[in-house]
Amino acid sequence: MSERVGVYVCHCGTNIAGMVDVAGVAKWAQENLPGVVVGREYKFMCSSLGQELIQEDIRKEGLTRVVVAACSPHLHERTFRTACANAGLNPYLCQMASLREQVSWVTRDKEQADAKARALIAGAVRRVQLQEPLEPTEVPVNPTTLVVGAGIAGIQASLEMAEAGHQVVLVEREPSIGGHMAQFDKTFPTLDCSACILTPKMSDVGLHPNIRLLSYSEVENVSGYVGNFDVRVRKKARSVREDACTGCGICIEKCPKKVIDDVFEVGIGYRKAIYRPFPQAVPKFPVIDRESCIYFERGTCKACEKFCPTNAVDFEQVDEYLDLTVGNIILATGYDLFDCGQLPQYGYGRLTNVFTSLEFERMCNAAGPTEGKIVLRDGVTTPKTVALIHCVGSRDKRHHPYCSAVCCMSALKFGHLVMEKTGAEVYSFYIDMRPLHKNYEEFYDRLQQEGMHFVRGRAAEVTDVARRPEEDGKLIIQAEDTLIGKQRRVPVDMVILLGALQPRADAKEIALRFGISTSIDGWFTERHPKLDPVATMTEGLFIAGTCQGPKDIPDSVAQGAAAAARVQGMITTGTVLIEPIVAEIDEARCSGCRICNNLCPFNAIDYLEDETVSRINAALCKGCGTCVAACPAQAIGGKHFTYEQISAEIEGVLYDVVRTNGGHALERVDLLEPAGGVR
Amino acid sequence: MTRPISGNAFLEEVIADTPGGESLVTCLMCGTCGGSCPSGADMDHTPRNLFAMIHAGLRQEVLGSNAPWYCVACYYCMARCPKEIPITDLMYTLKRMAVREKLYDDRDAPDWSQSFIGFVETYGRSFEFGLATRYHLTHRPLKKVGVGPLALDMLSKERMSLRPDRIRGIDQLHAILDKARAQEVV
Amino acid sequence: MRYGYYPGCSLTHSAAPYDLSTRAVAAALGMQLEEVDDWNCCGATEYITLHQAAAYALIGRNLALAGQDGQSELVAPCSACYLNLRKVDHNMALHPRLAQRTNEALAAGGLHYEPGSLHIRHLLDVIVDDVPEADIASRVTHPLHGLRVAPYYGCLIVRPKLNGGRQDPEFPTHMDHLLAGLGADVIDYPLKTHCCGGHMTQISADTAYELIHRLLKSAQDHDADVIVAACPMCQLNLDAYQSQVNRHFRTDFHLPVLYFTQLMGLAFGMRPAALGLGREIVTAAPALAKIGAVPEGIPDPEAAAPRRKRAETGLPMPRRRGES
Repeated sequence: MSERVGVYVCHCGTNIAGMVDVAGVAKWAQENLPGVVVGREYKFMCSSLGQELIQEDIRKEGLTRVVVAACSPHLHERTFRTACANAGLNPYLCQMASLREQVSWVTRDKEQADAKARALIAGAVRRVQLQEPLEPTEVPVNPTTLVVGAGIAGIQASLEMAEAGHQVVLVEREPSIGGHMAQFDKTFPTLDCSACILTPKMSDVGLHPNIRLLSYSEVENVSGYVGNFDVRVRKKARSVREDACTGCGICIEKCPKKVIDDVFEVGIGYRKAIYRPFPQAVPKFPVIDRESCIYFERGTCKACEKFCPTNAVDFEQVDEYLDLTVGNIILATGYDLFDCGQLPQYGYGRLTNVFTSLEFERMCNAAGPTEGKIVLRDGVTTPKTVALIHCVGSRDKRHHPYCSAVCCMSALKFGHLVMEKTGAEVYSFYIDMRPLHKNYEEFYDRLQQEGMHFVRGRAAEVTDVARRPEEDGKLIIQAEDTLIGKQRRVPVDMVILLGALQPRADAKEIALRFGISTSIDGWFTERHPKLDPVATMTEGLFIAGTCQGPKDIPDSVAQGAAAAARVQGMITTGTVLIEPIVAEIDEARCSGCRICNNLCPFNAIDYLEDETVSRINAALCKGCGTCVAACPAQAIGGKHFTYEQISAEIEGVLYDVVRTNGGHALERVDLLEPAGGVR
Repeated sequence: MTRPISGNAFLEEVIADTPGGESLVTCLMCGTCGGSCPSGADMDHTPRNLFAMIHAGLRQEVLGSNAPWYCVACYYCMARCPKEIPITDLMYTLKRMAVREKLYDDRDAPDWSQSFIGFVETYGRSFEFGLATRYHLTHRPLKKVGVGPLALDMLSKERMSLRPDRIRGIDQLHAILDKARAQEVV
Repeated sequence: MRYGYYPGCSLTHSAAPYDLSTRAVAAALGMQLEEVDDWNCCGATEYITLHQAAAYALIGRNLALAGQDGQSELVAPCSACYLNLRKVDHNMALHPRLAQRTNEALAAGGLHYEPGSLHIRHLLDVIVDDVPEADIASRVTHPLHGLRVAPYYGCLIVRPKLNGGRQDPEFPTHMDHLLAGLGADVIDYPLKTHCCGGHMTQISADTAYELIHRLLKSAQDHDADVIVAACPMCQLNLDAYQSQVNRHFRTDFHLPVLYFTQLMGLAFGMRPAALGLGREIVTAAPALAKIGAVPEGIPDPEAAAPRRKRAETGLPMPRRRGES
């Protein structure tokens, strides 16, 4: 082997140097590993000076291969590949060894750390010499973007792009756009009317020439790759022809069937079988809920059709499938509210006047079932005392270990609305008050001044079993007031449970459909929690809003805009480079067994009937290696992960134990010391 | 846990003596336990308060507290604790430590337990009549005005026996308990 | 089906009616209960208060003996015994060091227990889960129509949840369904899993009386004729201490407390004496007279409806899990 390898060991400040003898390891590599002509250490290899060090060696020492022993390639592989490329070395001839994530951060014993660092470097050095120069493919980016979910995050993303002159297809599952924000009454901490600030954006979406709105629709299938996704959308049968309907609403008025609205009115209000979720719905066209419709149940009625002035009702309408091509996708699919019945101690579903936060939002909303009146379940009585219970299903290992981020502020907002509208006394039962953002703490201060009562203690239970006369007929909150260390019982008329925000029930299914991952809790996983919060590990797929984790409206809007900016960058560039790390079939060895065809998660393998062999579409292949491992004839090789390269890396890692292995043995193996520093 | 909790021997002891006790370090101080406790009103400190005191290393105060002795073992706190801390079991641990270190000064509750297990160790079964007479005659007999008629009721309804039951394998049981007690000393 | 049966000390004397009715009902349902040979006390809540290792060894002996008898299912009618047996098995399985020490102690008596080898269950769970509802229904010859019963589970059948237990830890419903199947008028008893005071009757009576009073008052507020227990400690505290509670709070409760097995036996047409009836301190005679007085027939659907009906003008109630 005649490659000239440079090894660069990074201190990463004290991250690596605090545990690994960086200088010793670099020196060892230069002296002991075959092919290594330069072994250096540097405080921060990722700095410009560090990169220049490598580039200078490439030029002066004639390096043909580079190994950087630093952090995980996840972080800086691109940095060092680019540095090599700038010095004229093919970027795929640079290999990283992860001394930080895999050694210094996870090892306590310095000798063991040194030994492992040496092994990883030896593996990288062996492997890099077998690596081949690769060239990425350049593909055009389709300038149309798909946005899935039209809550405030999806709306914001769509408008940002549309305003910038780009085409957007916005898909929404429900009959109207607006999401949870459309259900709310007021928004914290400014107490703006939610509808007043949301509906202008909704109508902008409805009217924008660059936005194609597909409401009451769902994405059924996604294939393709960054820049060129093929998407199939199912437009559910509305039973109302959009080209004819004027949105006059006579059909809704005349419909004789009233049902509980479990979605928009979260079960505390009613709608008709033909309905619009709310008056300002966009689009304005109603939908027939075929499960409830008398005609679909019994074959007669058709009141809506009879009264429709434009003959827009169409009982025969069927689901439509649309096939679209888009360059990028933004997922903004939102959250579900926790099922508060899972904490039996709070009596939701059992005790009449226990409500969830969303139910209360609807109740406060002037367009809601009580027209904005705050009343008990009987529909008439105004409560004189109201309790707000925080952290219902949040910060709870039995349900969701995380903080839902919005409940403290919602509780403060609710407290304000209750006091303003009813004059009732309000008690908040909280664990920790977390008003974290701009002007939030001030809002807390305001509510304290307005006379809201705060009890620091998670409510233990809500009961209707009175112990004292003043508790008769009340709901009693029992809790420890932890600031005085005593049990308290507070009798109230109404209880509002601030349920956790949780991932959509079908979030895992959606993630699978779009080829992204979810966290343990079920939220979509961002590429980097701090530095790349709206991208995902899948190129061309972005996430925004609460589908990524609990957040409030300002943060959702910021993410929507951020995702749009990322996509616009892609569109402006016009092309993307496709990683050349893909699988390749040696057609001479392929028997045409087709085992790989169905295993490929990206549908990248076609079977050529005429030639009876399979072939991989490099643009679709993500280089995952599934087919490589599955091929019984070993006819498939993964570029950059060839059998030879992987075997060489393993041999390198085992340099101190693999002493004889035919032609693969290291030439100077006798000179190497064993792991653990025995000698 | 990735590293031992340093600097608080008391906390470490409490954890070591409680199966699953490691979760005590994650206590949120939310007060669900104290709020749920049916006898919380009688306790000088709520369970949550005791945990805070354990974290502060207040050994004397914690082991001198009456709270563990008022625990009725209803397990409401444990069923509701958002951190799944075995609170009821920790109360047992605190009682054992208090008895061992003679830090709980009211003897009624520990003596009741001692009387109970005395009969179990003698006969292998509990002995309600013996327990009632021995314990109640030695502890605040004047307060137990209702106990006499109650015992008579129980006797007349054939729900109490004047003679203890004894298991056949009492020697075997003694051998087992002796071995276990020896483990505790270590 | 064959079960190892661990009656526990209470059932030998103070809760003898529970033992009698359990054996009678089990026989009628074809359950083969085989008493664990030479079992010892489980230590109640007292042994663990003073000695942890010895408490585990004491309970471990019972588990080892049941295993020796060749049982795989072990049934305890007493909730305290049930939890003690179950918890030792559970913790031994979870903490190998604890299992090792317990078995070292058991070895001194020539015994050994393999954690996880016994399926330890409460009698109520066994009857509800193992006996088909239709089998119970088919044996009901004297339905309890008109008898208003408060199903009282107490704490330990549903708490703590040690790997499993299908029932809600605060609002279980299986005894409710069982009693409704016997024809009884089952009240929605809000304190069904609240504490009876346990051993507090002995060491701090006022604490216990307060808890007992809460339970009696709530049952009376719901017009219960009978409180139905599934644990000897619960029964004893509510029954035997009722007169003391009355004296303490100047109340006048006369609420009989019977075991669910006694009501099953009555519904199956068994003789009251064979079920230990008449041995309760607060007599159940007036309540039981009610059953005889009510003619057989279809129960009034209004009476069986939930106690809180939604006013027509009001907001709909949320649908609870499991409801369609």
